[in-house]
Amino acid sequence: MTFLLAVIVGALYAAGTYLVLRRSIVKVIFGLIFLGHAANLMIFTVGRMTKGAPAFVPEGAATLTEPFADPLPQALVLTAIVIGFGVQAFTIVLFKRTYQRLGTEDLDKMRSTDQLPGEES
Amino acid sequence: MNRIIMLPILLPLCTAVIMIFFRRSIALHRILNTVSTALMLGASLLMLGSVRSDGILSLQVGGWEAPFGITLVADMLSSIMVVATAFIGFTTALYSLGAIDRKREHYFYYPLLQFLLMGINGAFLTGDIFNLYVWFEVMLISSFVLLVLGGRPQQLEGAIKYVTLNLLSSSIFLAAVGILYGTAGTLNMADLAQRIPLLDHQGLLSVVAVLFMITFGVKAAIFPLFFWLPASYHTPPIAIAAIFGGLLTKVGVYAIMRFFTTIFHGQDASFIHQALLIASAFTMVVGVLGAVAQYDMRKLLSFHIISQIGYMIFALAIQSPLAIAGALFYIIHNIVAKTNLFYLSGLIRRIKGSWDLREIGGIYRFYPMLGVLFLVPALGLAGIPPLSGFWAKFVVVKAGIDSEHYLLVGIALCVSMLTLFSMIKIWNEAFWKDDPRGEGGVEGEEYLRTPSVKKAIIVLPIVMLGCLTVAFGLWFEPFFELADRTACELLDRGAYIDAVMGERS
Repeated sequence: MTFLLAVIVGALYAAGTYLVLRRSIVKVIFGLIFLGHAANLMIFTVGRMTKGAPAFVPEGAATLTEPFADPLPQALVLTAIVIGFGVQAFTIVLFKRTYQRLGTEDLDKMRSTDQLPGEES
Repeated sequence: MNRIIMLPILLPLCTAVIMIFFRRSIALHRILNTVSTALMLGASLLMLGSVRSDGILSLQVGGWEAPFGITLVADMLSSIMVVATAFIGFTTALYSLGAIDRKREHYFYYPLLQFLLMGINGAFLTGDIFNLYVWFEVMLISSFVLLVLGGRPQQLEGAIKYVTLNLLSSSIFLAAVGILYGTAGTLNMADLAQRIPLLDHQGLLSVVAVLFMITFGVKAAIFPLFFWLPASYHTPPIAIAAIFGGLLTKVGVYAIMRFFTTIFHGQDASFIHQALLIASAFTMVVGVLGAVAQYDMRKLLSFHIISQIGYMIFALAIQSPLAIAGALFYIIHNIVAKTNLFYLSGLIRRIKGSWDLREIGGIYRFYPMLGVLFLVPALGLAGIPPLSGFWAKFVVVKAGIDSEHYLLVGIALCVSMLTLFSMIKIWNEAFWKDDPRGEGGVEGEEYLRTPSVKKAIIVLPIVMLGCLTVAFGLWFEPFFELADRTACELLDRGAYIDAVMGERS
């Protein structure tokens, strides 16, 4: 299971990196989303997976008994997903507005903020 | 007393929420914004005083014991940074009263400013790495919205670059947090500082350290990760550009300072310090060369931010107590001087109607006092005694010579010459030469329409920050003593660990 997840994380990183490097802003958004998911899955994977053992204190006992799954990576991933969701929603709206205002979705054509005045575009 | 740590975070949060409830009443927004930032300044000064006399304050949020819950820590470094944030927040609140247009005010300008301040303060005060990530995101999302508020095509274009690169760095941050938790089993900074030297997987930890360096390098705009900054910082209104230019990159520098003194130290860190030294040299040079080529005041100042970050990183990479103290003094001096220069460029634009230095001129003839106000931060930034920049550079250069980094010291001194050159360029073009559009000092429409009360409100923060630059220079000793204590505390680490983990360790 860990091996499968590791492969998926790797594939997501590869796809995300490839997409972020594309010129079309739509692909860049997908790239950013993939990279976010890859990071989330990675936290989940490197946090040591323990199957079928929730971190509950059994009835009658005072402390947890081994083995139990570490709940913290899951809490981290949950928080990261929520934050990522908000930020990605904002990004999609921003990119849509930009497309509408500038009339292009080619990142190579969006150079006006980097140019010195008078330089040819 | 340690509850006071919550205040710099809770104050802006509550203010912003109240503002959103009364969204139609802009007058209330303005009053609340000014009062709340003034209160924040008071609270942060109180906190600094308390930390200075009684040592590090820490608060376990929700009563969860140290390595398990979220910890808020106010040591000297955090308190000083919070004071700086509150001060810049207060001046920006004043400047915004005069400079921000009605339409932006209606679209939640003031609540967003408060959320931004909350994010920055949170990032300074937290003692937990994942919590730091959350505060970074709070800060980023507010800055995204502030950046595009108004929706001009240029702003949108700048925002795309800013947003994409910052999100990329956030995802790297998240990955690094995950791997660090997987190896060390904790994310509490004090706990990590104890555990990291004892762990088996030192190789993996180096990878994590490099990932963190890249993340914070993007946020702090270090070479070669700075390209989002000059592409976006000149697009929003000047009040927003000023608070971005003054504070946001410094949060990245703060994080580097915290991570590579408190958490990562010892053998692996020396590799990081080597990398930071090389990056700092390039950052200084590339930043200032970019600035020299510009004629747009805002772009010129944006490139200067990068160049100045280079000095801070240089001092941080040396790692001697003197160098860390110098870096801290440099950060504070730079926050004050840089924000002031942005305000001034906004005022010049208001008077002359253009950002382009080639199109304006002759300000000194009609506004000689404005010339004085400009020279204080400009010469301060370049490092002319007795202003604050001189001492900041002096300490950094002294630390560099002590640790025998002669080449880098040489570069730093040459870069300050170029800094002086580009400041004098603004002076020559905007203040001294005759107005190229004819005599009589053509004033921008905007300035003529501005009522005199508003003019006074715009000038007031410039005067306040200018006085501070002079004060840093003339009364250097007490400020540096504070920085020196901070540096010792940072390099010692024991006090920090004890304050967070309790005496039991």
